Amino acid sequence: MACIEARGLRKSFGATVALDGLDLKVEEGRILGLIGPNGAGKSTLLNAVLGLIPYQGDLTVLGLDPWAARDQLMREVCFVADVAVLPRWMRVGQVLDYVGGVHPRFDRAKADSFLARTQIKKTSRIGELSKGMVTQLHLAIVMAIDAKLLVLDEPTIGLDLLYRKQFYDTLLNDYFDRRRTIIVTTHQVEEIQQILTDVMFIHHGRIVLDSSMEEFEARYVEVTPRPERLAEARALGPIHERKVLGRSILLFDRVDRERLAALGEVRTPSIADLFVAVMGEGPAQGARA
Amino acid sequence: MSSPANVESLGEPQVDRPAALPATQPFYWSVRRELWEHRAVYIAPLVVAGVVVVGFVIRLASLPQTELAVASLPTAPQASNLERPYAIAAAAIIFCALIVGVFYCLGALNNERRDRTILFWKSLPVSDLTTVLSKAFIPLITLPVVVFAITVVTQLVMLILGSAVLLVNGLDPATIWTHWPMLRMSVGLLYCLAILTLWYAPIYGWLLLVSGWARRMPILWATLPLLGLCLVERIGFNTSHIVALLVYRLQGFVSEGFGTEVHGKVIDHLAFLTPGRFFGSPGLWLGLVAAVAFLGAAVWLRRYREPG
Repeated sequence: MACIEARGLRKSFGATVALDGLDLKVEEGRILGLIGPNGAGKSTLLNAVLGLIPYQGDLTVLGLDPWAARDQLMREVCFVADVAVLPRWMRVGQVLDYVGGVHPRFDRAKADSFLARTQIKKTSRIGELSKGMVTQLHLAIVMAIDAKLLVLDEPTIGLDLLYRKQFYDTLLNDYFDRRRTIIVTTHQVEEIQQILTDVMFIHHGRIVLDSSMEEFEARYVEVTPRPERLAEARALGPIHERKVLGRSILLFDRVDRERLAALGEVRTPSIADLFVAVMGEGPAQGARA
Repeated sequence: MSSPANVESLGEPQVDRPAALPATQPFYWSVRRELWEHRAVYIAPLVVAGVVVVGFVIRLASLPQTELAVASLPTAPQASNLERPYAIAAAAIIFCALIVGVFYCLGALNNERRDRTILFWKSLPVSDLTTVLSKAFIPLITLPVVVFAITVVTQLVMLILGSAVLLVNGLDPATIWTHWPMLRMSVGLLYCLAILTLWYAPIYGWLLLVSGWARRMPILWATLPLLGLCLVERIGFNTSHIVALLVYRLQGFVSEGFGTEVHGKVIDHLAFLTPGRFFGSPGLWLGLVAAVAFLGAAVWLRRYREPG
C-alpha cells in the first residue's frame, strides 16, 4: 500500500498557485527528501498531507482523506514543523503527561528512557531549556509515538550543526525501522543525503524529479574532464555545466559511466549539485523522471 | 509498544497492530492543559479572597464593638448591615473572575498562533472542536465553579473569625450561627453565578472568536468595531439601538434575573430571584444562540486557517 498518493493536487492562495496539479506517490518504509526552492509548494504540500488545509484533487494518506479524517489520521501520523515550537510555559513533565493523555500511540516509558539519557529535568519549564535541549525533548516525544508516517518540515531550522546531526542520526538509528515512512524538507540538503532512500524536487507546485537514491546514483554522473577532452565531454550532452577553480564540471543524466570515466574524474553528484542543475537551468530540461 | 526490529517486506499490509487503541481523554487533558497555562483562573480569585479576609480582620480588630453590638441584636436591619462585608466579598471575587475570564478568552486562541505552538497542538490527535470547547469550558464552567467554592470558603472563614472575636470577648457566638443565612446566601450566589454566566456566554464566545481571528491585539478588535458601529449609528441615523443592545447584554441579567434592583449587594433575600422570568427571556436564548454561533465560527476558523 502506498503511504501517500496524490493525483492532480491543487491549492491556490488568491492568485498564487501553490500546488499546480501535483502527482505523487510515496511507498511505505521510505525516507523521502522533499527538496525545493522557497515558495515551491513544499510546506503547502505537507500541510495538505497533514490535513491542515483544504485542497482540490485526490489525496490519500495511509488510506485516509487527510482533510475529512484529520483527527483519525493524527493518531497515525506525527509531524514536526520546527523543533522550537514546543510551548515555552509548559513544564517537561506536563508536556509528557499531556501527550500521553491525548495520544493513543504514545509510549511514556520510551520517552522517559530517552530523556534519562539527557540533562533535561522533568520539572524544568521548556522556556528555560537550551535550544538543543528543546530539540532533544521534541525528539523524545516524536520517537515515543508509534506513528506510521513522520513528517519533518524544516525541523532543524535555527539549530547548530551538532544538534542537526544528532537529530537526524537519532531518528535514523533509533526510530526508523523500514516500516515507517519519513518525509523531510530542509534547505540543508547535504546533511540528509546519506539517510534518504528517495528524493523529490518540487518546483512551481509540481514534482519535477522523483527518484530513489539507487536510481539517482545510477542515473547521474558528474565528470571533471581533462581539458583536452572537454569538447568531447560537452558533445555527450550534459544537463549542466559549472566551473570550479577554472575547471569545468559536467553533470550527465543517463550517460554510460565507463565512457565518462575515460574523459576524466567521475563521481556521483550531491543532491545539491543536481538541484542547482535542475532548478538553475529551468526544470523543463530533461530532469523529469 | 516498541516495534519489532525485524524487517517486514515493503508494502505488506500491517496486520499486527491491535484494532483497539487505548482510550484517551483529549477533552479532559485539554482542560487541564488550559489550567496549567492559565493559573490566574484560580490564583487571581484566591488572591482577592485573601485580600478580603485581611480587610475583614482589620475590621474586626478596629471595630469589635460594632460586631458585638450587632451580634447581640439579630434583627433584620442589623443583620443586613452585618452581611455587607460578606456580600462585598462575593461581589469582589465575581468581578475578579469576570476580568480573568475576559482576558483568558482574548488570549486563548491568539497566543497559540502568535508563538506558533499551534503547529505542535495540531500535530496531536485533538480536534479543533475539542480544543475550542475546552477553551470555552474555562469561563463557562471552571470559573463559576472556582468562584463559588472560593466565595463559600471565604465567607465561612469570615464567619469563624467573627465568632472567634465574640468568644474572646466572652460572648456566645451561637446567635450569629443560628441566625446566619449561610445556605440562603449560597443559593443566591449559585443563582447569581449561573445567570451571569449564561447571560455572558455570547460575550465569551465573541471574545474567543476574535481571539482566533485577530492577528494581534484581539482586545482592540473585540471592542473598537462595536464602538465604531455605535458611532456610525449615532451620527448617521441619530439613534442608539446598538448602544442599547450592548448595555442590555452587559446589564440585562440584573433586570431579568432579579425582582428589584440590588445595588452592589449580592441578593440577601431569595424572594428577589426571578428564575422564571430569566429563563423565559428572549435575551437569554438569543444570547445563547449567538454564543453557539461564535464558538462554531471559532472552530471553523481554527480548522480552515493555514497554521503558522
